[in-house]
Amino acid sequence: MTSAGASATLELREVAKAFGPVVALSSAGIRVEPGSIHALVGENGAGKSTLIKIVAGVHRRDSGDFLLEGESVDFTSTAESKAAGVAVIYQEPTMFPDLSVTENIFMGRQPLTAGRRLDRAAMYAEAEELFTRLGVHIDPRRPALGLSIADQQIIEIAKAISLDARLLIMDEPTAALSGVEVDRLFAVARSLRDEGRALVFISHRFDEVFALCDMVTVMRDGAYVATHRVDETSVEEMVSLMVGREVADLFPKTPAAVGEAVLEVAGLTSTGVFHDVSFDVRAGEIVGLAGLVGAGRSEIARAVFGVDRYDSGTVTMNGRTVAAHDPRAAIRAGMAFIPEDRRKQGLVTDASVARNVAGVIRGKLAKGGILTQRAESRAAGPWAGRLEVKTAALDMNAATMSGGNQQKVVIAKWLATDPKLLIIDEPTRGIDVGTKSEVHRLLSELAGEGLAIVMISSELPEVLGMADRVLVVCEGRLTADIPRGEATPETVMHAATHPLEART
Amino acid sequence: MSDTSMRPEAEQHHADLERLVEPSRQSPLQRTVTTVVRSREMSILLVLVAVVAAATIKTPSFLFSENSWRDLLLTPAILLLLATGQAVVIITRNVDLSVGSVLGLTAYLTGRLFVDMPGLPVIAVIVAGVLVGTALGLVNGVLVAFGKVPALVITLGTLYVYRGVVLTWAGSNRINADDMPAGFLRLGTRSILSIPVLTLIALLVLAVVGYYLYTARGGREMYAIGSDPDAAVLYGLNVRRRLLSAFALSGAVAGLAGVVYAARYGTVSSSAGTGMELQAVAAVVIGGVAIFGGSGTVWGAAIGAMLLVTINRALPILGIPDFWQRAVVGALIIGAIVLDRVLSARQARKLIEAREQS
Repeated sequence: MTSAGASATLELREVAKAFGPVVALSSAGIRVEPGSIHALVGENGAGKSTLIKIVAGVHRRDSGDFLLEGESVDFTSTAESKAAGVAVIYQEPTMFPDLSVTENIFMGRQPLTAGRRLDRAAMYAEAEELFTRLGVHIDPRRPALGLSIADQQIIEIAKAISLDARLLIMDEPTAALSGVEVDRLFAVARSLRDEGRALVFISHRFDEVFALCDMVTVMRDGAYVATHRVDETSVEEMVSLMVGREVADLFPKTPAAVGEAVLEVAGLTSTGVFHDVSFDVRAGEIVGLAGLVGAGRSEIARAVFGVDRYDSGTVTMNGRTVAAHDPRAAIRAGMAFIPEDRRKQGLVTDASVARNVAGVIRGKLAKGGILTQRAESRAAGPWAGRLEVKTAALDMNAATMSGGNQQKVVIAKWLATDPKLLIIDEPTRGIDVGTKSEVHRLLSELAGEGLAIVMISSELPEVLGMADRVLVVCEGRLTADIPRGEATPETVMHAATHPLEART
Repeated sequence: MSDTSMRPEAEQHHADLERLVEPSRQSPLQRTVTTVVRSREMSILLVLVAVVAAATIKTPSFLFSENSWRDLLLTPAILLLLATGQAVVIITRNVDLSVGSVLGLTAYLTGRLFVDMPGLPVIAVIVAGVLVGTALGLVNGVLVAFGKVPALVITLGTLYVYRGVVLTWAGSNRINADDMPAGFLRLGTRSILSIPVLTLIALLVLAVVGYYLYTARGGREMYAIGSDPDAAVLYGLNVRRRLLSAFALSGAVAGLAGVVYAARYGTVSSSAGTGMELQAVAAVVIGGVAIFGGSGTVWGAAIGAMLLVTINRALPILGIPDFWQRAVVGALIIGAIVLDRVLSARQARKLIEAREQS
């Protein structure tokens, strides 16, 4: 361990980073001492992952200070950060599925024999030793394919230990772990700390932060908020630091008359993804689907719409069962689905606005199998106008529009099918604040006209501001159904961070 | 498996899972035996043996005559070289379609060197062929690694460019056996221990490349890149350097194959090697290298090349009409890919099951 008064293992000050027009970090900072476990908390989208990626050398900061053991560094690649002793375990572990577990641990720095050939025997022996130390039973010779997330994380930790990393960053390592696995991980983390290494632990679960960490830094909206000793703070203080803003005026939700149930989901189960999910959505109602990243919200939505398979359960629209795994049947039944990554899944960015809007109703527009540009423009016109899509002409290329306008084009595209139910995943991700409220107003209006809406959102204020009812998903199960009046950051966060079995 | 008593199939299933998930429990000998017996390479080898056996039963001279043993080994030598290089490129999740043109270019270069510089030692000509091939491969590699354009497009382009160079350079000229020294042409007819010299050269290259892929960091990193290119970047691997080496290797081997072509056939025209790139890809795929990279071996690709060439010679003997011969090759390719998907899906499912049970 370094002596007292020495520099911190990691120090970031006033770090800023923007991706095009979207500011991910405005002035972020953290100071991590050697021999300590430091928690980094904040809402989804607060910029924690971006901060981590800067430390890991995936992104480069635009400005600010970045010091490692007192020395200013500027990583341009992950190889450089690794060489400097930084190991990062991402939310989604990175593995080579075709290669053996051992090769995954040592890739790029395998032990060599005298003739510069791989020393496989030494690799297997060291892997075996690492797994024993970590208390897991994984065969070092098996391929990485088919390992659970928990196993993959253990492999990542084994990698970090064998790297002899000074700084180990774990991005929500416990999100997919069971209770036993979490205990095991914590034991390993403490033993690493006692060796004098520094650990950064990102987690949404306050009980874990309090059980494991020494210090906690709170981030909000891409900026540093505060750092406290864990034993001198409380859950309430942290939540208020994390949320810390008024939500009501940002989100113009107007009350709407709630009608009959449009969508009924019963006992939907997909092994290993989500379990026994049942809920209904009524006409004119906006139901918010909240939960942490990776809790299974998007997966549920994709299964309801028929993109993904499910093992059991039923999806009913207006009293009629919708065939499983058939998005076309879902569209015919009156569903519309706007996925999270609209560039990838919802919008043909290289096509005109009119073509995008008319895309899903091509069948209806075509005359004798031929689709004219005029028919497309005629069908698209009223929608784009109504949504105030700011494009000079309908034949403008969708790729050149702003995120907010792209989102409106995608919404227009689905409204043209005259849906009864709209499922929208992260409606305002990557959209600037001004346009955000336009998207919100639009959703609110549509609900007022009797459309049933399921809105998945990682932004707590958005969920609280927009939803008539909040369903919370935690580890693939619905853990709460909170009416608008009772939904607060605390109630939602509590349900999102406490799996069912842990609470009984 | 909680609900059923252990039936024989269930036991078999369980043993399968153990083999997949816990190979370390087996003794080293057991492990080697199961790996070899269960490998894709072994099943293709069996098909190859079956084809040779069937043709030999029908017409014993297919195997047992003075020339046919030599032909059996000599004819695949060129494709074997190309398949070796192609396998390395495909393992990195790329493809090199320019190898046929590279072969044509270096084959013509070989002849030209003998014509224009009489007295040049044979070894110098071989080195020249390999160097030119390497340079052409490097051009592909630079464009793929730095231009970030899919290899399919880049090498499709260089396929035409390189072929255009040969066409312009050679015109209607033709290199004939008289133009080349007898010592060079003897390479194409000589045998050592009843194995043709050209085949020995191909096997030597195969052995070196196979050894490199299995035992060197660079080789393993090529597999890693093919298995998940994004993860390779996060691991801090030098992806560009590996891609450059893969394409340079493919070019070098194709250059050598051009020299071998000249020695084997004695005549070189501007169309030498046309269409060979697709045969090379076919051989690699039949040989069990996943078309999306990350798995497979050059040994498999080599056996695939042998099978492809041998089957083309065996089918006429088995009395299969011309048209169907091509269809059989096509069926073989599609069969190999389908088998690949089915096997990997099955393995993935078993591995997941095994983890959920434990």
